[in-house]
Amino acid sequence: MKDLLNGTRYGADLHSNFLGIESPNPFWLASAPPTDKEVNVRRAYEAGWGGVVWKTLGEAGPPVVNVSGPRYGAIFGADRRLLGLNNIELITDRPLEVNLEEIARVKRDYPDRALIVSLMVPCEEEPWRKILKEVELTGADGVELNFGCPHGMAERGMGAAVGQVPEYIEMVTGWVKKHSNLPCIVKLTPNISNILMPAQAAMRGGADAVSLINTINSITSVNLDAMSPEPMIDGMGTHGGYCGPAVKPIAMNMVAEIARSQDTKGLPISAIGGVTTWRDAAEFMALGAGNVQVCTAAMTYGFKVVQEMISGLSQWMDEKGYESTSDFIGLAAPKVTDWQHLNLDFVTKAEINQDDCISCGRCFAACEDTSHQAIEMSEDRVFTVKDDECVACNLCVNVCPVEGCITMRQLGVDEIDERTGMKVPADKRTWLEHPNNPSADPNTCIIRGQ
Amino acid sequence: MTNSQSTPGIVPNRLSGDAYGDNFSDLHPPLNDHEALVAADRCYFCHDAPCMEACPTTIDIPLFIRQIATGTPEAAAKTILNQNILGGMCARVCPTETLCEEVCVRETAEGKPVVIGELQRYATDKAMGAHPFTRAASTGKSVAVVGAGPAGLSAAHRLAMHGHDVVIYDARPKAGGLNEFGIASYKSTNDFAAREVEWLLSIGGITVKLGQALGNGLTLDKLSADHDAVFLGMGLAGVNALGVEGDDKDGVLDAVDFISDLRQASDLSTLPVGRHVVVIGGGMTAVDAAVQAKLLGAEDVALVYRRGRDRMGASKFEQDLAASKGVRIITHASPKAVHGNGAVREVEFAYTADGADGLAETGEVFRLPADQVFKAIGQTLGDGQGLELEGRKISISMTGRTSRAGVWAGGDCASGGDDLTVTAVAEGRDAAEDIHATLMGEG
Ligand SMILES: Cc1cc2nc3c(=O)[nH]c(=O)nc-3n(C[C@H](O)[C@H](O)[C@H](O)COP(=O)(O)OP(=O)(O)OC[C@H]3O[C@@H](n4cnc5c(N)ncnc54)[C@H](O)[C@@H]3O)c2cc1C
Ligand SMILES: Cc1cc2nc3c(=O)[nH]c(=O)nc-3n(C[C@H](O)[C@H](O)[C@H](O)COP(=O)(O)O)c2cc1C
Ligand code: SF4
Ligand code: SF4
Ligand code: SF4
Repeated sequence: MKDLLNGTRYGADLHSNFLGIESPNPFWLASAPPTDKEVNVRRAYEAGWGGVVWKTLGEAGPPVVNVSGPRYGAIFGADRRLLGLNNIELITDRPLEVNLEEIARVKRDYPDRALIVSLMVPCEEEPWRKILKEVELTGADGVELNFGCPHGMAERGMGAAVGQVPEYIEMVTGWVKKHSNLPCIVKLTPNISNILMPAQAAMRGGADAVSLINTINSITSVNLDAMSPEPMIDGMGTHGGYCGPAVKPIAMNMVAEIARSQDTKGLPISAIGGVTTWRDAAEFMALGAGNVQVCTAAMTYGFKVVQEMISGLSQWMDEKGYESTSDFIGLAAPKVTDWQHLNLDFVTKAEINQDDCISCGRCFAACEDTSHQAIEMSEDRVFTVKDDECVACNLCVNVCPVEGCITMRQLGVDEIDERTGMKVPADKRTWLEHPNNPSADPNTCIIRGQ
Repeated sequence: MTNSQSTPGIVPNRLSGDAYGDNFSDLHPPLNDHEALVAADRCYFCHDAPCMEACPTTIDIPLFIRQIATGTPEAAAKTILNQNILGGMCARVCPTETLCEEVCVRETAEGKPVVIGELQRYATDKAMGAHPFTRAASTGKSVAVVGAGPAGLSAAHRLAMHGHDVVIYDARPKAGGLNEFGIASYKSTNDFAAREVEWLLSIGGITVKLGQALGNGLTLDKLSADHDAVFLGMGLAGVNALGVEGDDKDGVLDAVDFISDLRQASDLSTLPVGRHVVVIGGGMTAVDAAVQAKLLGAEDVALVYRRGRDRMGASKFEQDLAASKGVRIITHASPKAVHGNGAVREVEFAYTADGADGLAETGEVFRLPADQVFKAIGQTLGDGQGLELEGRKISISMTGRTSRAGVWAGGDCASGGDDLTVTAVAEGRDAAEDIHATLMGEG
């Protein structure tokens, strides 16, 4: 971000190159209402967004019809912080020609920003060929295939109806690659059991990248007077697509699975789902995403929210000595592994910092009632950890209202774990070598004297 | 010998050793990391935020608070300092209850604003190490700045950043203006004013010449001849007189002098203060003098103002602060005479009432015992340098231009805006931008 005063940057260069598409930073707006019109997109670019994926276009003809009652539902945290949003909106309900004209104008005026066009047309080759030709004329940088919309369009054989059938994904992606040279990003739906299936199908079809996640099937609330799910349209409701901070953990897992799987490794990923701060973006990128897309954060806080993402990411990169985003993209991917490869000889113990503790007792309730009875409470409300009971589950850390008050101390080599009596060994032992594993390598156990 | 609060006369050492440290510690202790996160979490990131509009320097408050919330207080500091290079001092001294926090939407919603001032301090405290800005290439131009107070410092910094060479002339032996000599001690502890000046100057390109007063050896003509532009930020050098019988008796002092002595004292226990103290006035200076006299150990302190509380220059928060420290606030009373034999012993007041023709005495009088009286009934521009005035201050345009070409002014000495640190910073900055544009031929 340019310093207002003397043109020096806040810090590291955030310039991003995704599939050869350049943008001044890796923050793109996802295909959704924030990118539905020229007026929004211009304002978004002015606010600092590096790129946008235009709200999904359908084929020419009578425009899509949206409901005219509430289309959103929400989940709140304390203080009405919006944590999750659910919607029953369809793809753009504005005429195709209008969108195409606007896309061309905006791209002409902002050549340095990424502009991707999201598409969803019926599952036949001709409509795809036709719309691709029209998109190419706009000067857009690429296309994103919306195989994810979970409501409304799926009933018409589009969106998630395609995204849930790997063969369709492969077929449609193939048509797109056949009829256009534009970089092609396939947007995946999370409403499947194994994200690798659609990702592999996209690869087979020739996709240049995948983006994920689209929204998750959900019902956010039920109106107990009307006895109807919300948002309620004339007394009825339907499942909508869930997004926002609440879906980030789900999206991160799916991104990581694609980034680390042998079959899909190296397939460029544009990560979507709950990105709200610079840190969310850094986390997704560390897991292997080349850039991120944002919808709910912009819908909650306005376009200006990107300024914090920009300043925060570059400050963090500076602190870490990363000179460009490619320096840290994917660094955490190799650390994502299967449970069986975790070190079972790694031992930590919870430790309560008495200076920070406000004696609320939440750690005690959590541990005593639902975990391992490893926290002691004195008459005068002093809370201490019993090392001989603590399994290091981390629950107390997570329920403590004071961040950093409870920490995990790692036991050093040769230290005794008071709970098990085991001396922490210098080497490590995973489930694969563990004596309790019937199919473990017996040699390891013998060497250890177990 | 140790004195007590009831020792007669004006004496030092009224309190026991530790009491001074306790009394003059930080009014608002700094937020720790946890407190800052909790406080930052309350901000709604309002669109076109009202708080931002209410800040005279237009700091992007929602953005800096969000930067704190996401664990990057250094970026937050930069957001603040971009707009207000004295953001650290302003965080401590701004009457936020009448500025940003007054209009915070959470004040509207719950009567409890986001603590913007305290968060600003949290962020800027993290930036007081290496100077975060660098200078543009030298322009070869030179600008004179008169006064090293908030207005002058802000102008000088912005000009230096744009590549101009700046010389600051200040009459006092120390830079900082009222940050150094006026602000209440419990708002700026640990020598913060001096540390902030040093940090500000570390951008380079600014020479500070102390003990050099305009009007005393230095003339505006000479400054204009030696430099490409002049910025006047000399504050208010004069003090209004009481103008009542006996106001020259011993023990009758200017509140600003008392405060300045207090700010410069290395050992507060050596500072003499009366047993019975009367402060006359209703502004920030009056409150600061009264509160600090009380904190130094005066037995009783009365702050007497001629109109009602709602007309006092000091905010409700400051009035409450004074009351909480034990200062008695008497309103609708105007001084008639100072009595005493050589030294003051009593002050006589007449009760007043707001009538059709303005304020009038009711005829009833009363006397307050006093061995020390502080006058805080306003300060005045000293020498106007022959420039056109508006009211009693140098008349300036929106960008600080005075009636004389090549001369800009801002801060307390200039017309427009409240007499506040933050206003002085804003005016200094804006004048600097106009000077820059003018010198570079864009103005
Ligand atoms: C007791 C007191 C308490 C205050 N408390 C607060 C507060 O809590 N919050 C707040 O926002 N505001 C407060 N104010 C107001 C605030 O201090 C001023 O509005 C602010 O300092 C004005 O800045 P300035 O740069 O215009 O002038 P000043 O700070 O007055 O600086 C002027 C400088 O010019 C120098 N100078 C003067 N004449 C000459 C000359 N002829 N030649 C060379 N140099 C000269 C002076 O030595 C001084 O250094 C307070 C004021 C007083 C008096
Ligand atoms: C109201 C709304 C409409 C959306 N419309 C589309 C769409 O037309 N095409 C599409 O690919 N994704 C659409 N999405 C999904 C978003 O692009 C994004 O994948 C999802 O919201 C997750 O990101 P987030 O957590 O940052 O919001 C929509 C989301 C919302 C909230
Ligand atoms: S956000 Fe705007 S369009 Fe939506 S319901 Fe409110 S006023 Fe209407
Ligand atoms: S939850 Fe945290 S603050 Fe509360 S008692 Fe336990 S350690 Fe203390
Ligand atoms: S008005 Fe209050 S809540 Fe809104 S942006 Fe400003 S500080 Fe935050």
